[in-house]
Amino acid sequence: MAKKWNMIVDIERCNNCRGCFLAVKDEHTGNDFPGYAAEQPAMGANWLDIERKERGVYPIVDAHFMPTMCNHCDDAPCMKVGGDAVKKRADGIVIIDPVKAKGRKDIVESCPYGSISWNEELQLPQAWIFDAHLFDTGWKETREEQQCPTNVFRSVKVSDSEMQKMAVEEGLEVLQPELGTKPRVYYKNMHFFTRCFVGGSVTGLVNGVDECIEGAEVILKKDGSEVGRAITDTFGEFKIDKLQPGSGAYELDVSSSVGKVASSFELAADSVYLGVLELV
Amino acid sequence: MKLAIILWGIPWAMRVCSWVYPKFAEALKERDAVAQFRTRGQPMGRWIQVKNGKVSSGAGFHAQPDFSIYFKDRKTAADFLTPPFDHLERIHAAKNFYITMEGPDDLIVWFMHLVASMETYTWTKGTDMGDGVTRYTNGTNGGPIFVYVKDGKILRTTPMNLDESDPDSYTIKARGKEFKPPRKTTLAAHGACQKSMVYSKNRILKPMKRVDFDHKGERNIQNRGKSEFVEIEWDEAIDIVASEMKRCKAVGPGAIAVANGSHHQWGNLGHYLSAFNRFWNLIGVTKLMHSPDSWEGWFWGAQHHWGNSMRLGATEPYGTIEDCLKNAEMMVFWSSDPDASYGFEGTQRRRWAKELGIKMVHIDPYLNHTAAHLGGKWISPKVGTDTAFAQALTYIWITEETYDKEFVEKRTTGFEEWKAHVLGEDDGIPKTPEWAEQETGIPARDCRALAREWASKNTYLGAGGWGIGLGGACRGPTGAQWARMMTILGAMQGMGSEGSNFGNLQFGAPVDMNFYFPGYAEGSMSGDLAYSANSTNNYQRMPHIVTMNSVKQVIPRMWLPEAIMGKPKLGYVTAVDSVVGQFFPIGYPSPGHVPVEMIYKYGSSSLGTQVDSNRWINMYQHENLKFVVNQSVWWEGETPFSDVILPACTVFERWDIGEWLNVGPGYVHHMYSMNNHRVISLQHKAIEPEGEAKSDYDIFLAISERMDLGAVFSEGGNSELEWCKRAYESSDAVKTMSWRKFLKKGYFVVPQEPEESRPPLGLNWFYEGRKKDVPEPYPLPSDFVENYGEGLQTPSGKYEFVPTTLKRFDDPERPPVNKYIKTFENAENEPEVAAKYKLRLLTPHSRYPFHLMGDDEGCFLRDIREHRIKVGEHHYLTCRLSREDAAARDIKDDDLIRLWNDRGSVVCAAQVTDRLRPGVISAPTASAEYRPAGEPGKSTDLGGCVNVLNPSKPITTKAHGIRPNGTLIEVEKWTGVDTWKPAAPVEAA
Repeated sequence: MAKKWNMIVDIERCNNCRGCFLAVKDEHTGNDFPGYAAEQPAMGANWLDIERKERGVYPIVDAHFMPTMCNHCDDAPCMKVGGDAVKKRADGIVIIDPVKAKGRKDIVESCPYGSISWNEELQLPQAWIFDAHLFDTGWKETREEQQCPTNVFRSVKVSDSEMQKMAVEEGLEVLQPELGTKPRVYYKNMHFFTRCFVGGSVTGLVNGVDECIEGAEVILKKDGSEVGRAITDTFGEFKIDKLQPGSGAYELDVSSSVGKVASSFELAADSVYLGVLELV
Repeated sequence: MKLAIILWGIPWAMRVCSWVYPKFAEALKERDAVAQFRTRGQPMGRWIQVKNGKVSSGAGFHAQPDFSIYFKDRKTAADFLTPPFDHLERIHAAKNFYITMEGPDDLIVWFMHLVASMETYTWTKGTDMGDGVTRYTNGTNGGPIFVYVKDGKILRTTPMNLDESDPDSYTIKARGKEFKPPRKTTLAAHGACQKSMVYSKNRILKPMKRVDFDHKGERNIQNRGKSEFVEIEWDEAIDIVASEMKRCKAVGPGAIAVANGSHHQWGNLGHYLSAFNRFWNLIGVTKLMHSPDSWEGWFWGAQHHWGNSMRLGATEPYGTIEDCLKNAEMMVFWSSDPDASYGFEGTQRRRWAKELGIKMVHIDPYLNHTAAHLGGKWISPKVGTDTAFAQALTYIWITEETYDKEFVEKRTTGFEEWKAHVLGEDDGIPKTPEWAEQETGIPARDCRALAREWASKNTYLGAGGWGIGLGGACRGPTGAQWARMMTILGAMQGMGSEGSNFGNLQFGAPVDMNFYFPGYAEGSMSGDLAYSANSTNNYQRMPHIVTMNSVKQVIPRMWLPEAIMGKPKLGYVTAVDSVVGQFFPIGYPSPGHVPVEMIYKYGSSSLGTQVDSNRWINMYQHENLKFVVNQSVWWEGETPFSDVILPACTVFERWDIGEWLNVGPGYVHHMYSMNNHRVISLQHKAIEPEGEAKSDYDIFLAISERMDLGAVFSEGGNSELEWCKRAYESSDAVKTMSWRKFLKKGYFVVPQEPEESRPPLGLNWFYEGRKKDVPEPYPLPSDFVENYGEGLQTPSGKYEFVPTTLKRFDDPERPPVNKYIKTFENAENEPEVAAKYKLRLLTPHSRYPFHLMGDDEGCFLRDIREHRIKVGEHHYLTCRLSREDAAARDIKDDDLIRLWNDRGSVVCAAQVTDRLRPGVISAPTASAEYRPAGEPGKSTDLGGCVNVLNPSKPITTKAHGIRPNGTLIEVEKWTGVDTWKPAAPVEAA
């Protein structure tokens, strides 16, 4: 089976240093790669962009970053509208032909991910080309991988079945799978963007003094049955992650030798911080 | 070799070189000259003539030589002219007048350079990558890079991949795991955007003159910053500058002042401490006394407890990375965001700590980049109250008796006095967690939990950006208190014992710390023994001629506008050689000197970087300032506040050399140990300068020649490339890799230190009571109390809870017992301001530009939405504010907002976040742009210079340091109509 390129992006490893973002600009601004991509406008065309997501409220907040770019879909909407202006290479990479696609703004609009940008000056739809021009001249990795200090990116050239196996084993997800576009860009730790957490600060009286309670057991329940569990840390804090947004009512029981407390909450779109839960 | 033969050989070599190398043939055509070589003693000589690109020569004496070079005797001449050249001997000959010259300086420099340059035509530079692409190397403030060039244009720049020919990387073994860094260099954002900076539309491409400036007539000083500029030729520009310099020199010593930023493009040679300093020492100028920017609280506060004056009050980093990974159970990052500004070598190591399960705590009003990436407990005190929180930690340790009693007993002084203060015996206020809660807003139980965890676990305190000091809370009005508290926490928990020390895995990687390569602060070719670290190694290793500034007048940088405008303020010396040197006041003008009437501004924009920056505009428009030159690469906010603009080129368009993060001995000794590999790079001249820009070196040389100083400045016609070679040959690298190989490959990786000979753990010698055994030559031998190498640089040689040196000095804001003093502009000490403005502003360094390098329009960084947000046609500086404060003002993401107080007003774009404690605004000082909505200095800035808001008060009454964090401001949605006026009338001329 033919080996094809896939990109695996680990959200947990990204700290928004912007190395990849700048590498793409560096590679394509002022550089014309015939057959691959015409030059990128100096400003504003972010073929690779980085999305930001914050969850929670003080004091339990997290912030994560997700590089997004052309997904090089196997069932690409851009190819459906593009005709011979958009091609799929044998190695899986999708190339918007920088000559044939001239004037084809409809190709920009076809992408459900918004990953194709419009070059007003050249009247061209343009997207991240998976550094195909570099692979074709012997580079072993993409510029994004080479630039990244924390190994967010991993480009792998494997058969589709091997990739599916990896996706299952490593818990990889694609963006909006419901669209059926079959992206070749996979994400690890996508829950930082797509799921919620519930957190809280557990306190109690110890020798008559208000203290953080470490080691309390927190059990999260939905409809009476346990769906999550955590132990509070030094500061009495806990965090139970990967809850489905909008999943409704939950109950929470906290207990330790200091005492017990119960709470309940409604999970809407955002993560929930339950505040101080005082054991009695 | 006989002199006659050597002299006969020179013209022949020139002829042959011109046949083989067309570029040399072109250079020969630049000028005509008759050079006469002769001896003084036994008269003999030979003349060489260059005319229309042809070389002729004859024995004896020419009837009309253009210039003559005299040698004392035949032997001197033969030694001087026979390669390989011994620079020590050549300088010796020049200094002792074995050799003298007579004739036009510029022609002599041209000819000498021509002869010396012949060798360089035989050199191969860069690696051929095929397809017409050459891979060069360079260095940036953000890290070393490969530079791919095709057809004279930069194709791409990338971090360096190390290959099999480069030495192995280090391994750290910790808790059953082995860690090895990736085989590549990392790069900060401001290093990764260099191509866009080179080709930026903001480049200055031709010399310029303000249209309404006439140095022989009307100067129209009041129009600086308002009038347009016209392009002029280099000759005219240099003529004006040189003639104004001569005019000022005739006025008296000190009439010319030079103002440079704290940094420069990377590279030893082009750095301001090098060519710039050499040039100005030859001219004689008033220099700025830089304050210890970014070390404020450490320098003015912490060092009184533990010395470390040479590190500006921060402590030693040795061995801490290995020890932390092996032995620490918790890391407390206190106002510590190394991921923000110091590249990502440390990020890799902090991820190892996370993998090992070391607990993390982050204390910062902002959930900073490092905290967001690593996770852990976030404690967010009110701005400026950290000292109260830290005092409460010590209250728990004292009352629960969980401090390191043995260490306190044996290695410290003043503990009883300190303890009495914490318990409230002196002021009636026990510093309990409940007391602290009132100040900090942090629940007392969190304080107790942290104190107990800290006392029971091996804990690394990462204080400030580097963990051992620098940045963050040390830069606020309470910065000295805070930095002092950090040392007190360290001392109470036995700093230097295994697993318990200062650090955040940023500084102190186990690289070779003996291998010598000059750092930029060694001043390269400056010859400046007084104001650089030149004398430590560089002066001996790369013999060159000493230069000294004959003008003794200096101006405290913070108070430059006041000095120029005739209302000077007292500053204090940034002394590093002793702890008490900082008590010396400096005034202006100095005895026997004259007030400044010309400023030569060199790079960067003070409007972005200096506090209360509208002061600078008032200064530039003040009648006392007769002439202003601005030498810059890019058009920045400050550029138009000048009369003549000189375009400098980037480090890609000239030669330079440097090692990644090697500052040299001095304030950040062994800074390269922040990196996982020591990488030395030749900074190839990869492309020709854009437009008519010139290298700083060549600009200074051109002015020098107008004053007959060209031969002295260039040391007899040395080019930048020759200086690079001399620097390389002064280092230990040349023992392994020849200059020619280095020139081609472009970089050298220092072999790793074997595990068994890595430096010992920092402060462990002090903890254990040994002689100092870490490889830093500090303090000075005279500053040890008894025996050399024993104890700290304090009067007692011990850690001092209540510093003796502060007892000897009277500064109300630095009491010997480190009291909690409330931050400025609050209801008690400045009720009027506190009633008017409610939000506290943090102005950290930006994560993306380096200070403001890389912020210019046209640079890729402007597309980063965490740096700037495009609204309409303009990229506005991104300002972070809490969801609560935003909601109260009906502000949403990307809205334009105005930040203002009595000092200034600036428009930014909003980023609404939950990562900030309500009441705190965070906007980085990263604006290269200044775009006033109306009258410069008296209206709202749309460019993003948030420093217009910060006060010019010093960090403590008797110090010279800024306090840019915690200023009170208000924020509103920008209406588009500017109604702001400075509260007090701006001082008129």
